[in-house]
Amino acid sequence: MRTLAPLGRRRVLVSRGDDVGAYRVLQVADPQGPPLPAAGQFYMLATVARWGGGDDERPYLPRAFSFLSARRGKLSFMFEDVGPGTRRLAELDAGEELWLTGPLGAGFRTPHDGRRALLAGGGVGVPPLAALATVLSSHGTRPTAVLGFRDEHHAAGAVLLEDADATVATDDGSVGHHGLVTELLAAELARDAHAVVYSCGPPGMLEAVRALCAEHDVPAQLALEAGMACGFGACYGCVVPLREGGYVRVCVDGPVIDAARLDGVPAH
Amino acid sequence: MIEFCGLQLQHPIVNGSGTFDAIAARRAFGDALLADFPFSAFVSKTITLQPRAGNPPPRLWEAQAGMINSIGLPNRGLEGYLEYDLPQLAQLPVPLITNVMGSSEDEVARLVEAIDERDEVAAIELNVSCPNVRTGLDIGADPRSLAALVRAVRPLARKPLIVKLTPNTADVAAVAAAAEGEGADAVSLINTLRATALAPSAKRPWLGGGTGGLSGAAIRNVALSQVAAVAGRISLPIIGMGGIASGTHAVDLISVGAALVAVGTENFRDPCAGSRIASELKSLQIRH
Repeated sequence: MRTLAPLGRRRVLVSRGDDVGAYRVLQVADPQGPPLPAAGQFYMLATVARWGGGDDERPYLPRAFSFLSARRGKLSFMFEDVGPGTRRLAELDAGEELWLTGPLGAGFRTPHDGRRALLAGGGVGVPPLAALATVLSSHGTRPTAVLGFRDEHHAAGAVLLEDADATVATDDGSVGHHGLVTELLAAELARDAHAVVYSCGPPGMLEAVRALCAEHDVPAQLALEAGMACGFGACYGCVVPLREGGYVRVCVDGPVIDAARLDGVPAH
Repeated sequence: MIEFCGLQLQHPIVNGSGTFDAIAARRAFGDALLADFPFSAFVSKTITLQPRAGNPPPRLWEAQAGMINSIGLPNRGLEGYLEYDLPQLAQLPVPLITNVMGSSEDEVARLVEAIDERDEVAAIELNVSCPNVRTGLDIGADPRSLAALVRAVRPLARKPLIVKLTPNTADVAAVAAAAEGEGADAVSLINTLRATALAPSAKRPWLGGGTGGLSGAAIRNVALSQVAAVAGRISLPIIGMGGIASGTHAVDLISVGAALVAVGTENFRDPCAGSRIASELKSLQIRH
């Protein structure tokens, strides 16, 4: 699923900023953008003011983020401060401006042949799953989700997945299941494997989801992350190796890639 | 309209090879891209004789006010370019410059001959930042090997021949003079500066290709210096590039001798950087 982006970047206003556990959620007004980006598509973001001059004299390039929600001309995004780009973005509040390009890439395809949607992810992988849950719920089926987080502070981000019935796992056991999200996913697949798994999360988690789905012969769509300079196919920096050989660009051929096309999810 | 090597161009802003994929951009932005194309001519990514998958990732590193890339020239090869890419690039509303690279005179000759036959292509750019198979040295780093290459392929091209110079050489003006001496129609510079990034924790090279090329704002003053040096030595038209992000930057490069200005890394930050810079340049030129 791919909604075309208006040509070029546009200047948009942050309409609110909220802290949700370890995450910062920004809402931006995007009156010029298409009203219905496809769940799993992403936007390139940079601040208009002071993009650069942070730690190590960065950031310089825009950063790619899947949208969390798109409603009535408002987009929302979720960040965790993990580097110079996300640090600057996480500082923003209502009234500040962003450069925004998108929606970009190809999003999720909804299930067919009666399979149920099973959402599996965690950490900053919540947004594309939340956007997908909204689509599925609007079609009349509230999906099941399993989410993994580091600890209770991060697990607060699970509330952002409004339109799914979510079960949470944490690495430290501070909330929910003490263990890995793939353990919750395995239980779900044992209960009913006639499913399509939709996943987004850190590379290690995505790889575990991929391997588990392959083992159960369950189709999976993985929303991948890769360092990219442009987001629209220009730089060729964001490639992942394919099972059949060669590479595809995460920005234009993904970010959602069928797990069956990969031998593994790269570590970075 | 401005004239460059017989090409009629709407404005002096083009793209640097490998910094804008018009086919992929059309997938993202649709036909709006054709209606408002950012450049006055489109320079293709580098085409090689055989297909190349490119370097293993990671391929990018964000540097201070710039980036290092080690992409490895992925492309479909000559046959794939002619069959698949060229018909799509021919739909662009601007002249097409095809960039080619080979590791021997024979390879480059075969590329130039095949591309020169195609009416869809307005000019050919030679990427000479490639190790010579015999010497292992970059062809474009040495005036004598560059002269030999241009001498070998010049008679094969009826179209304008542009030599894309590498900055990774002791005397870029001497290499430019060699290109001029053998009948090149224009030169373009600067390509990226060879650079290394270390993985933060492991202190080994981060990029899958080992070393990469530095581009962006960080190299703008290197570009000014090298374009000025080349302009002082030869009389061919120059496509200047390196860290251009505004009309003011373009004016600077033109003032030291560039006829056209190419935008590279800034395209990644702003997909319409070409149109923006062209319009900024126009208003600056009217003012002065």
